Amino acid sequence: MAHPVQTHGEPGLGPVGLRGVAADFSSDQRAFKTASWGKAMMWIFLLSDTFVFGCFLIAYMTARMSTPVAWPNPSEVFALHIGGQNVPLILIAIMTFVLISSSGTMAMAVNFGYRRDRRMTAMLMLLTAVLGAGFVGMQAFEWTKLITEGVRPWENPWGAAQFGSTFFMITGFHGTHVTIGVIFLIIVARKVWRGDFDVERRGFFTSRKGRYEAVEIMGLYWHFVDLVWVFIFAFFYLW
Amino acid sequence: MSETTAHAQSQTVHAQTHTGQQHPIRLYLFVWGLLFVLSAFSYMVDYLGVQGYLRWTLILVFMMLKAGLIVAVFMHMAWERLALVYAILLPPLLVLVFVALMVSEADYTIFTRLAFFGAGP
Repeated sequence: MAHPVQTHGEPGLGPVGLRGVAADFSSDQRAFKTASWGKAMMWIFLLSDTFVFGCFLIAYMTARMSTPVAWPNPSEVFALHIGGQNVPLILIAIMTFVLISSSGTMAMAVNFGYRRDRRMTAMLMLLTAVLGAGFVGMQAFEWTKLITEGVRPWENPWGAAQFGSTFFMITGFHGTHVTIGVIFLIIVARKVWRGDFDVERRGFFTSRKGRYEAVEIMGLYWHFVDLVWVFIFAFFYLW
Repeated sequence: MSETTAHAQSQTVHAQTHTGQQHPIRLYLFVWGLLFVLSAFSYMVDYLGVQGYLRWTLILVFMMLKAGLIVAVFMHMAWERLALVYAILLPPLLVLVFVALMVSEADYTIFTRLAFFGAGP
């Protein structure tokens, strides 16, 4: 037999490439050899979330394409008056940089987690949470500004009424994701700080042994929130 | 003897600490910088007022580059086995089919609106 069936031992040592895909899925065992169940489940959740946000963005595309009324110009709508002149889209640009920075600190937190550096991991996760909270704060400012200018889910002063509905729905859902992420970052950072993953302390909810992989799984969620923002930034704010 | 056992144990622990995704910090900082530059480029597209097909092309190119970097490096997809990569990255392509369906639907809606209600509200 060219490729002996692997039943035990080190995962991820089977064939590679397309043959590897076939071997992994037909192995009659866990299909994802190198990813733990926790990581695989987070990925599958993120896949489902991709479809949720995909549907939102498609709904927005459909509304924008099918209205005969002119679409408000996001470049002007989201401009801020700074130093005597209107700077287009500046708040959104700052929010983008803040979220990307939080992704950077999160990636480094994962790295320090696997080096078992409790202190750095917890600090970087808290920094990520602070940047995330800052993002949500700026979003709250943006919502307040638009609402005082008369934007509602059913009308706005500049054009197609669908602008308000899609704006509140898409950015609202994304902001909710960021907020949930911040809460979970704080929870996992506390566990790291307390040393739960060094002594394999069992979780209060799942009763499973804590491992530093929890930091990486948390990171997957956080990077996904950043990833969704990349698409929202491109399609809603820049298009 | 006990020393040997302790040594073996420390080696096991050492091996365990290096499971999972271990990559140099420099790589993350490099990607972080790239994402900053790409975001700045995306913003410049709007700031400089590029319009038309060039605008849409640039927006899509910078978007896909940023998304690719985040998924491949920050989310470690580049180091996962192909089975997971395909299971997660291929299904979203179906969203493109949905997009095609809704483009055709939206074209039909705007056509009927213009045909029956005139050019404006």
